[in-house]
Amino acid sequence: MPVMTMAHALNDALDVKLGQDPDTLIFGQDVGYFGGVFRVTEGLQKKYGLERCFDTPIAEGGIIAAAIGMGVFGLRPVPEIQFVDYLWPGFDQIVSEASRLRYRSNSQFWAPITIRAPYGGGIFGGMTHSQSPEAILAHVTGIKTVIPSNPYDAKGLLLASIEDDDPVIFLEPKRLYNGPFDGRIDRPVRNWAEEPTADVPGGHYTVPLGKAAIVREGGDITVLAYGTMVHVARAGIEDSGYDAELIDLRSIVPLDVDTIVASVEKTGHCVIVHEASRFGGFGAELSALIQERCFVHLEAPIERVAGYDTPYPHTFEWDYFPGPARVSAALRRVLEF
Amino acid sequence: MAERERGLYIPAPRARPGQAPDFSDMVIPSAGAVRRPPADSAESELRHLPYTLIRVLDDDGCAKGEWAPESDVDMLRQGLRAMMKTRIIDDRMFRAHRQAKTTFYAKSTGEEAIGAAQALALDHKVMFFSSYRTLSWLMLREYPLIDLFNQIFGNARDPLQGRQLSILYSARDYGFYALSGNLGSRFGHAVGWAMAAAYRKSDAIALAHVGDGTSAEGSFHEAMTFASVYKAPAILCIVNNQWAISSFAGIAGAREVTFAAKALAYGVPGLRVDGNDFLAVMAATRWAVERIRAGLGATLIEFVTYRAAGHSTSDDPSKYRPAEEAAHWPLGDPIHRLKQHLIAIGEWSDSRHVQAETELIEQVRSAQKEAEAIGTFGKSKPPVREMFEGVFKDPDWRVLEQRRELGI
Repeated sequence: MPVMTMAHALNDALDVKLGQDPDTLIFGQDVGYFGGVFRVTEGLQKKYGLERCFDTPIAEGGIIAAAIGMGVFGLRPVPEIQFVDYLWPGFDQIVSEASRLRYRSNSQFWAPITIRAPYGGGIFGGMTHSQSPEAILAHVTGIKTVIPSNPYDAKGLLLASIEDDDPVIFLEPKRLYNGPFDGRIDRPVRNWAEEPTADVPGGHYTVPLGKAAIVREGGDITVLAYGTMVHVARAGIEDSGYDAELIDLRSIVPLDVDTIVASVEKTGHCVIVHEASRFGGFGAELSALIQERCFVHLEAPIERVAGYDTPYPHTFEWDYFPGPARVSAALRRVLEF
Repeated sequence: MAERERGLYIPAPRARPGQAPDFSDMVIPSAGAVRRPPADSAESELRHLPYTLIRVLDDDGCAKGEWAPESDVDMLRQGLRAMMKTRIIDDRMFRAHRQAKTTFYAKSTGEEAIGAAQALALDHKVMFFSSYRTLSWLMLREYPLIDLFNQIFGNARDPLQGRQLSILYSARDYGFYALSGNLGSRFGHAVGWAMAAAYRKSDAIALAHVGDGTSAEGSFHEAMTFASVYKAPAILCIVNNQWAISSFAGIAGAREVTFAAKALAYGVPGLRVDGNDFLAVMAATRWAVERIRAGLGATLIEFVTYRAAGHSTSDDPSKYRPAEEAAHWPLGDPIHRLKQHLIAIGEWSDSRHVQAETELIEQVRSAQKEAEAIGTFGKSKPPVREMFEGVFKDPDWRVLEQRRELGI
């Protein structure tokens, strides 16, 4: 199978879909001729034509509104928001429109759109190129939020998202586009070719939304993560020496609560890892769910390893970023409780 | 009527890499051709202005026509120096990025006249809600180079304490509002600030910039409505540098109308100005001030210019536009044009220019050296506890706990 980076795998998913379905359109800032600032749409305009993959005005509200309108007509738009940090001018379209269209029209109208957006830190992008707003999105009823952590899943999840009849926000961990990143900043940059998940089949396949992956089986403690933090958590587990079970949620809405519950019932311990700031983060929801469903199995309080409750700082990126040392320290605290 | 071709229309620029640059669709009136209406003219008398181009400097560097501003030559030389300094800094900081001394840089090359001429045209009771290619404003206002470089390097003396990106400056004492990486969100702040100035019966004026691309954002149009409704004392500008990263201005609607013409729908005057013509920029800005002083509120100004460099250090413009396009830009280079003018009026010479250049390079080099001695990116940074400051005026328990967790 071809070895692909996450950027290539996403590009391949879009290529497959554009080739199979004339109703799939891609648009966003700089996605056309240029191929996107992270190269995810590279070559698609040339291959499929101007009107299948095109540049838009800098107006995120306009991009998402147009996508909804096209979706209502019967197309399957895949707009890109250049950085998720720029999503907010389009937030009204997500919260008030895309998310409720099916509900308020009793399924007469719906918005089968997939909004792709790079998210997360690790590239010294400062507070407007590094945010992780998944908890804000998860709180909106009626939209799905999908976050891949490797090239294989990225392609399969993106195809599943595009084919889903409901609105999906597809968050792409930008630090993973060109290589895995486990937060060990003192080590050489790694290549996707070192990872088995970079073996990406050609052609069409899907990875279902709402199905978590057990990245590493273990009996001591359950570690929940998604996106970049799957790699960071794995490094933290390795450093700690504990026999932890690492679960990659892959989508936070829909959430694979059964896999989470089965694991925590087995291990009796849980650490949740996300890059987003801690207070009101998605870890709070996960923690509440586990407490509600696994209370009698828990042998220690659940811990969250997360970004601090500040805007994403530029110079202090690695002080802010919850790296493997913070993960292994949390594992130790929970297991030595 | 001919049957139109069916399908979705997508605009495309006239030239891509490998093709000859093509600005043949630009209509460029000669310098001095556009008349200067009184600044207190009724808006209905001004509706032709968005569809022409106000120019003062001709091809020989002579100031022509009614828009030619009265200006003393010391001011113009000050403006020239600010532009030259900006270009020197841009070149050195671009190289510094290649040497990993900073994480990010964006040049103003080709657009230096706008910030510098506006900083000269406006007195100190102004707040500038800028975009990110106006270093020349800060240079004209003599923002300390050491502070600039300390932020660009994110070192221990970074005036923004390591929290903000390298070039997203904030300089309240220099009338320069805090920049941010998102687009257009501050256009409305300028209008609100101007409304507050009016409320307080102050003479203060707000100045705001967005790019051609950003004029598509809702925030631009919302701000225009507020400016119009409340006759806010604001000078609202679209810096049309032809490119929004890889998207040509046609993607922002430039195929059908000019950017200045967006003013018409709001009942605000719209001036379209040669942005590479230092004197025209000054003159248009002063006209807008006069109009504010006459109680008539905001003006929208489109500055027609060209982003001669890439969007930023993350960009490679040769991937989407002809490599030699900048050299073919018909409105020339702003530094060259002002220099030529000063020489034409006998107030400057090639040798004085070379001497000034040498002095400025030395000034910049010495400040850079001083900042590098404190440290470049990753070699020096503010104390980590600064990461937790400034979230609120007084930190709440969350950041206090988290700071303790880090042992600081």
